[in-house]
This record gives sequence, C-alpha cells and structure tokens, in this order.
Amino acid sequence: MSDFTSNFWSVYVAGLTLLSIIACVLLLWITARKKIVSASDNTTGHVWDEDLTEMNNPMPRWWVWMFVLTIVFALGYLALYPGLGTFAGKLGWSQLGEYKQEVAKGQAEIEPLYARFASMKPEQVAADTQAMAIGERLFMNNCAQCHGSDARGSKSFPNLTDADWLHGGTPEKISETLHTGRVGTMPPMAAAVGTAEDVRNVAHYVMSLSGSPHDSVRASLGQPKFTACAACHGMDGKGNQALGAPNLTDDIWLHGWGEAAITAMINNGKVNEMPAQAGKLTEAQLGVLTAYVWSLSNKSGAAAR
Amino acid sequence: MNPPSGKPRKVIPIASADQGASLYEAQKKIYPRSISGFFARWRWLMVFLTQLVFYGLPWLEWGQRQMVLFDLGARRFYMFGLVLYPQDFIYLTGLLIISALSLFLFTAVAGRLWCGFACPQTVYTEIFMWIEHKIEGDRSARLRLDGSPWTFEKIWKKSFKQFVWVAVSVWTGFTFVGYFVPIRELGAELMALQGSWQIFWVVFYGFATYGNAGFLREQVCKYMCPYARFQSAMFDPDTLIVTYDEARGEQRGPRVKTVDYKAKGLGDCIDCTLCVQVCPVGIDIRDGLQYECIGCGLCVDACNSVMDKMHYPRGLIRFSTQNGVAKGWNKSQILQRVLRPRVLIYTAILVALCVALLASLLVRTPLKVDVVRDRAALSRIVAGGKLENIYRLQIMNATEQAQRYRIGVQGLPGLELVSETEFEIDAAQSRWVVVRLQIPYGSTDAGSHAVHFAIEALGTGARVTEKSIFLVPRQ
Repeated sequence: MSDFTSNFWSVYVAGLTLLSIIACVLLLWITARKKIVSASDNTTGHVWDEDLTEMNNPMPRWWVWMFVLTIVFALGYLALYPGLGTFAGKLGWSQLGEYKQEVAKGQAEIEPLYARFASMKPEQVAADTQAMAIGERLFMNNCAQCHGSDARGSKSFPNLTDADWLHGGTPEKISETLHTGRVGTMPPMAAAVGTAEDVRNVAHYVMSLSGSPHDSVRASLGQPKFTACAACHGMDGKGNQALGAPNLTDDIWLHGWGEAAITAMINNGKVNEMPAQAGKLTEAQLGVLTAYVWSLSNKSGAAAR
Repeated sequence: MNPPSGKPRKVIPIASADQGASLYEAQKKIYPRSISGFFARWRWLMVFLTQLVFYGLPWLEWGQRQMVLFDLGARRFYMFGLVLYPQDFIYLTGLLIISALSLFLFTAVAGRLWCGFACPQTVYTEIFMWIEHKIEGDRSARLRLDGSPWTFEKIWKKSFKQFVWVAVSVWTGFTFVGYFVPIRELGAELMALQGSWQIFWVVFYGFATYGNAGFLREQVCKYMCPYARFQSAMFDPDTLIVTYDEARGEQRGPRVKTVDYKAKGLGDCIDCTLCVQVCPVGIDIRDGLQYECIGCGLCVDACNSVMDKMHYPRGLIRFSTQNGVAKGWNKSQILQRVLRPRVLIYTAILVALCVALLASLLVRTPLKVDVVRDRAALSRIVAGGKLENIYRLQIMNATEQAQRYRIGVQGLPGLELVSETEFEIDAAQSRWVVVRLQIPYGSTDAGSHAVHFAIEALGTGARVTEKSIFLVPRQ
C-alpha cells in the first residue's frame, strides 16, 4: 500500500539490488587477489571434526570471467527490463504487455477458425461438429461452474437442456442473455397477498397449476388471491418471458418444490442473477456459445440440419 | 580425500605472508597420451555400447511411429509398445531411483565406475580426444603443435579438428532433439531451415557437447559435478579403487636393467611417468587416492605395459581396496569383502525395484480414468423424485487403437447411471465425458457416500475402477 504514498520501498529494493551486485564484484575482486597460506601438504590449515582438513583446490582462473559475465548480464538486464524498483527498463517490457501480446497472438491464430462461423446462422453453427467442440470447451470453462457440466443446472441455476426458458429460448434471446446477463427479481409479495394463511393457500393454488400434490380446499381459497401474482405470472400462471416471470404450470421448480419453498418465495422474494459475459468473451466466442446453448435444448433440430 | 602419505604434492615455501596460494590458478591443459590395454578396451566398448544406443535408437520404428519418442507437445511418451501419459510419471521416478541405487551399488563395489566408463562427459571427451589424436597426433605431437607458431600445418590441423568436432556436436544435438521431435521429420525440417526452436535446441545441445567434450573436459568432473563429490563419500576401505602399491614401488627411480635395483634400494617404479601422461584428469596416482580420480584405469594399463617391458610382475598400479593394499590381500581375499552387507542390501533393493518396475509395466492397464465431481452443484433433485449428482470422467486411451469404453457404477442401493454409458475414444487420445448418477430421493441417509465407477474397454477387457463420492443433501 505504501507504494501509493511514497517510493521508499522501490528505492530500497533498487538500492539493495545494486548493492548486492557491487558486493559480488567486490567478492570476486578480493578472492582473485587473496593469497592463502597453504601448508606444505597443500591444505589450507583448516581442520574440522578432529581430522577433516580442507585442501586447497584452486579453481581455473578463466572461470572468473564467467562470473564477470553474469554481473555484466545482470546490469544489462536491469537496464533493459523492469527489476530495479519501479524503473520500467529501457525496453518497456511488462507482464501485462506480454500477456496482451500473447492473447492477441492467440486471437489471431483462432480468428480464421471463428471467421467461418461468423457468417453462419446459429442453427447452422449448432450443426457443425468443430464449432460444438469449441462450444463445449467454452461452456465447461465459463458456464459449467453454475449450470453444471451437463448444463442441467441445479437449484437456482436453470437447466439449459429443457424447453422451459425464463427469457426465451430463441438464439437471439440466448445471445442477449449471454451478452448482457439477466436479473430475475421476484419481489416479496406477502403484504399484497394477505395473511399468512392466504400465503399458504396461494402456495397450494400454485402447486395445483402444475398438477402437483396439493390441498384442493386451500388451492380454491388461494385462487382469488393469485391476482396479486398475475401481473407478472399471468392469470393462467404461464409466466411472461418478456419479464422473465417463470411459467408456474410446467412442474419445473428452479428454486425448490413444495409448500415450504413456495411460501418462502412469496414471503421473501428472490433476486437471481446471471452475469453478463460480453466483456469476458469475444463476440466470436459468444456466437459459438449461443449456438451451443441453443443446441442443448434442440438436439434433434441441430442434428437435422 | 587426503593423500594417505607419500611425497607431498607441491611444496610452497611460506617465506613471506604475501606469498600464499591463490584461490584461482591458470588452467593447466591436459594432453593425455593414448594407451591400449584391458581397461582402455573396456572404455571403448562402453563408448560403442552407449553411443550405439544413443545415436541409433531414434531411427528405429515401431509400427507406424518412432520407437522411442517423447512428444512433449502432445504430452504422449512412446516407448516400444507403450504409450505413456504425463500421469505415468511414476515410472520416471522409478527409473531415477533405480539409477541412483545403481550408482550407490557400483560405487560401493568399485568406486567411480560410472565416471570412468559410462558417463556422457567421459564418453564424449573420449570421442573428441580420439578425433584430436587422429588429426594432431599423440601427446608429444600435440604438445609440440601447441607450442609451435601458427604454421600452415598447425592451421589446417586445428581447423580440421574443429570442423570434425562441430560436426559430431551438431549430430549429437540433432540426435538428442530427435528423441522429442520425430527425427526423420526433424532432419527434413533442418534441411529446409524450418522450425526455429528445433534449430535452437540442436545448436544448444550441440554447443553443450562441443564445450563439455572439447574444452571443459575434466573441469566438469573436478569443479561442477555433484555426483563426483558424493561418490567419494560412499567409498569405504573395501571399495575397489585404483591404487599404487607404494610398498612395492618405492623408492622410485630410473635404473639400468643389468644392475640389481633392489640392492640399490629401488622399488619397482621406474618413474617413467607414463601413468601421469595417460591420465585424463591430469593427476599422479602415485600420490594416493585423489578426489579428481575418475577410476578409468588407464594408468593401470600404462603401468602394466611398462612392467611387462621390464619383466616385473604386473599390478604395481591396480584396482584394489584400501584394506587390500594395507593388509596385502590377494585377489580372492579382496573379492570376498565385496559381498559385505552394504553391497548385499543395495543389490537386494535394486533387484526388488527393477522387478517391481518391470512387472508394473508389464501388467499395466492401457487405460486411465480421472473422476472429477462437479464442484458447484453438490446435488440436485430432478423429475421423478430422483436425486442426481454430476461427474466428469476423463478417459485416457493408452493404446494405439481406437477403443470403445463402457462405464458402470455401483455403491448405493438404487444407484443408476442415466447418461450415455458407451464412448468411443481415438488412439492415444483422451476425452472428457459427463456422467449423471441418480438414486431415488430419500433412499439413503444424508451425507457423503462412496461410489465406484468401473470403466471397461470393450473387446480388450482392460478395466479400471475409480472411487468418487455421491452427496445426499440434508432435508
């Protein structure tokens, strides 16, 4: 953090680095000049552990030049590349620059691959085995964390392989979802519905819509109260894709099935978010991914083409 | 390693405090004289053996591919009929442990056998010296040539030598890279000057060969090599080493053949210094065991040839042990001590490891499976009152034919695999497949349960079982 307020540490590190290099030069210089007193038996006179004597085994002198070379290299390196505190180096190399360069190189390599798909309709892309292999990898890396490796989702994460779509399952809608993300909002509706009993009754009515096991007396009592929900879910409970309001009649329960789950939803509401991918993935990747996601629920359609 | 006794190596008068030894010294160039004999023949045999394997192996084919190829890019390692994955790294570990133990064993039995006979540093130095010898002549001729001014003869001899050295080096670098890139394609590529990285590595390893075998030579063994250092720590008094029989050799000195040298107090050593002249590391073995000695035995050959000429018994310099020389043991007495506990234990471990490695390679299943459970979604309830867990299986085909695999699972009552169960995977390829497992909701307690995937190659019967867990949520 102190980087932002003062450059002390930068100077400190740079100074330490240079000092170490100077120390290396000094060490070389001293050892090159030093003469050691060596006994007649060519030992240095150092004895350890009673009888371990150190012999004088001088190194080849030309090796010193290799050490000198490393020092020259170090100085040259520090002048050209970042290494001395915040000094950026004469070449202006940076990790970020290197990363960007490599990404650009990678993009240039795969561009012709994607270019083929750009002119194709999503339905055609979905029929292309190579595109689907790419799509699968993109899905595994970017989508599978929430939607599962098999795209069948989990509680609160929609299943992408069925025909039930919150915001629409056409390639255009899927592409829109991928680009800008989605925020599904169910407001707390307890006050609008009425008493706690009313909420339970509405819950049973909701369960009755899909023919799930329910208390029919409560369901009939709840039916009039459902008008509070109809604004979004429709009078028939079939939902509204323009609003992202789920169809309540298809026996698909994104946030849990049963009286307890439904009353909790009415009482507390829910905000569920699908993050936008537009900044993370390129247009070309999103195009392939759109086709891949579309193909998941249109297996026969994709195969026919 | 101290010279046990004998003549002090170099006496430096300590007259003034300034006149000490430097920590560095001018590199003394060594001009080893060539010699023939028992150990020299063994050294050449080892050169041929190791280099036949090294230079020849990449050219052999196995079916449609190179027999031994380490394809780093594709991460597949082909050895004879085997296709190894990076996951098989354990075999490399095994190989390295076996190599280390072999080194321990050889060193305990006969010192630096590896250094003297099989180490690439020794072998390439020997090849380079042979070239030098053929072009510039033997020791004395080379000494004369180096001392002479730059005559036409010197220039062509030196440049011709350099040319041959470079050629051998480039070929060595090329061969080495040929273990990692198909060597026939590599050859064609290099001819067309394509593949800048391949060229770089060929030049890099070529340069390393040239520098190590042409110039650094014994300096590598003396100043760089860690194995040389720790091997001397593995010697004991019963280790076979190159020894000079001091009691028999001293007092050394020249003599006239007609005179009884023993009467004059002379030993068997005629001080011809041939043993010093042939030494590739430039030591005098008569000073006793020294850390530079690589145990090549050339001084033994040299001395024996002289002993033969003098009609003295051979073996003034010989492979013997410290105990053997000190106690005057004969050959069988020395060899008896070879079978000491240390050697027997090394041998037993080594044999066990070799058998284990070979056996595990032979019974190896050419199929590998990794199970990765989906991490974000622990479990889910799906239509039909089922509880579902998702897995990804990486199936690795380690054969060179396309294979069909069937996945099965067991471990919980009512456990079912509801996704596809059969997959086709190409030769030496791996593939990720998604697997869904279901149990009836409420059929098992909440918690984590072990399940076992069994993956079977249809037709070949190769079968692998992998463990994973099935999560049942509370509530």
